[in-house]
Amino acid sequence: MNANKKLGVFIASAIALAVLPFVVGSTLGNSWVRTIDFALLYVMLALGLNIVVGFAGLLDLGFIAFYAVGAYTFALLGSPHFDIHLPFYISIPLGALCAALFGLLLGTPVLKLKGDYLAIVTLGFGEIIRIFMNNLNAPINITNGPQGINLIDPIQIGGFSMGKTIDVAGFALNPVHMYYYLFLILTIGVVIMAYRLQYSRIGRAWVAMREDQIAASAMGLNIRNIKLLAFALGALSGGVAGGLFAAFQGFISPESFGLLESIMILAMVVLGGMGHIPGVILGAVVLTIAPEILRDVIGPLQMHTFGRMIVDPENARMLLFGLAMVIMMLTRPEGMWPSKRRKAEFEDAKKG
Amino acid sequence: MDIFLQQILNGLVLGSIYALIALGYTMVYGIMGLINFAHGEVVMFGAMVTITVISLLTSAGIVLPGPILVLIGLLVAIPACMLLGFTIERVAYRPLRNAPRLAPLITAIGLSIVLQQAAILIWGRNYIPFPPILDHDTIDVFGATITQLQVGIVVLCLALMVGLLIVVEKTKLGRAMRATSQNPAVAGLMGVNVNTIISATFVIGSALGAIAGVMVATNYDQAHYYMGFMIGLKAFTAAVLGGIGNLGGAVAGGILLGIIESLGAGYIGDLTGGFLGSHYQDIFAFMVLIAVLIFRPSGLLGEKMADRA
Repeated sequence: MNANKKLGVFIASAIALAVLPFVVGSTLGNSWVRTIDFALLYVMLALGLNIVVGFAGLLDLGFIAFYAVGAYTFALLGSPHFDIHLPFYISIPLGALCAALFGLLLGTPVLKLKGDYLAIVTLGFGEIIRIFMNNLNAPINITNGPQGINLIDPIQIGGFSMGKTIDVAGFALNPVHMYYYLFLILTIGVVIMAYRLQYSRIGRAWVAMREDQIAASAMGLNIRNIKLLAFALGALSGGVAGGLFAAFQGFISPESFGLLESIMILAMVVLGGMGHIPGVILGAVVLTIAPEILRDVIGPLQMHTFGRMIVDPENARMLLFGLAMVIMMLTRPEGMWPSKRRKAEFEDAKKG
Repeated sequence: MDIFLQQILNGLVLGSIYALIALGYTMVYGIMGLINFAHGEVVMFGAMVTITVISLLTSAGIVLPGPILVLIGLLVAIPACMLLGFTIERVAYRPLRNAPRLAPLITAIGLSIVLQQAAILIWGRNYIPFPPILDHDTIDVFGATITQLQVGIVVLCLALMVGLLIVVEKTKLGRAMRATSQNPAVAGLMGVNVNTIISATFVIGSALGAIAGVMVATNYDQAHYYMGFMIGLKAFTAAVLGGIGNLGGAVAGGILLGIIESLGAGYIGDLTGGFLGSHYQDIFAFMVLIAVLIFRPSGLLGEKMADRA
């Protein structure tokens, strides 16, 4: 591609991304814009996990814990719960920092663990965080237990709150639209960070460690430091996404941070194409949007063909979703959009 | 002292069930090196099928002693779960045998979702009570109590574990299983049909899982489409705690985890001056796991594995 063509593609996709919420909002309704907002949050999360699993090759089944830490930090610093109302440009970085610290906290004891032992410990760590959030309402009420935290401040820039619909020159700008742009900007930031990391010295060190830890350390890499860095940087983007989630929802409870969520994010990374940034983005978008499409399609389809509901749509939706996950993995075990390198490895393995 | 003994007894019952399920995980892991995430769902199906069979029999007006009814239920549930385990391996794992490790993990998770949803379709979303056909007579043990049913559970678990050990150590099938776990390619060259052995492993593990499912259902007097998830997670934790791939380790890990959990639930309030309550029971299990793995990175009885490039 020459420079002009590249610029053309860039401008076209920028315009497409800029008008997307309005096109979707006016044709499919604002609930779909909301789904797109969530897709962006999941892109951030999946890219964060991709650093840990895809780049550094450390299987993490408790990634949602960092999302939870980010969300709770934001919620506690901006809600009537403690009556603290810090602006978002302080509480989101603080949340990200807290998440990164938790990343180090998790990373330090598990430095020696490998493979499935690492997976089960990270899983346990995720559960521990969730159980604490569920129970830290007594004797001192910190997290408000299973009820969660309500009335979290929306993001405010200057005197302008993103929680209310505003009128711009006769144009209704909904919260979902405003959050879309905020999420888009931050997602682009995370994508750039991921790319810069991938091609940096650290990124190459991660790949070296993933492929052969002993050889990597023989080449002078400090395995301890780069492992901890992978955990901390992955957790950082998880924490940012968590803070945004809290502001966007206005309500969080431990229920949103279960093991199933961790597994879903891992599925996004693996189904998309582990270690390949465009693939991971695709995986996150597809896995967020597919269940919503199924939700819209299954109910009416049954009414249309049978005249009544045969199967509870929620049930059928998850059934098909699970089946789709199995079939996708069986037909494309390398992911939907793998990197060239991984694809080549797969072809080598097939030849045996 | 009574509380202590009581918690040890409760832990022993819980732990032997964990151990039985953990064996299913560890056998599959030992042979194929993969976490069979759908094993918890097999456990759940075992419980559900047994309850269905028992309810059908009792509603048909057949009057039989409780244990016989449970036995009949098991005779249906065990083959059903064996078939389920066999199908899981055939559909989700065999095509991916040479793929990287994460691919079968994702198919297993997908299958877990499918099986849970299938269970909702068949049995609904509500808790299903276990039919009140077993009596809960208690036995007094130095001031602590245990029901006859629980004694039965522990004895049956131990018998099954010993049986499995005999199969693995003494029979031709067991030798083939051990050979396959050490090196599938070479085992194949020696005339072992690797595919059959792997299927057999899944089938045996699923049979144990079905029995464990019924034990869970009788112990808590209920079953639920989601029950397989948490119990599977605990059992897998137990398998890792003991050193995954090691049968003795799974048994030790399971019983240890059960005892730690119930002791934790009984004493955590006193230990922390009432700061942490018994709902932190699950934390105890994971804390112990993390502590053990820090000092013994391949579990209690796991062998130190050489690095494979």
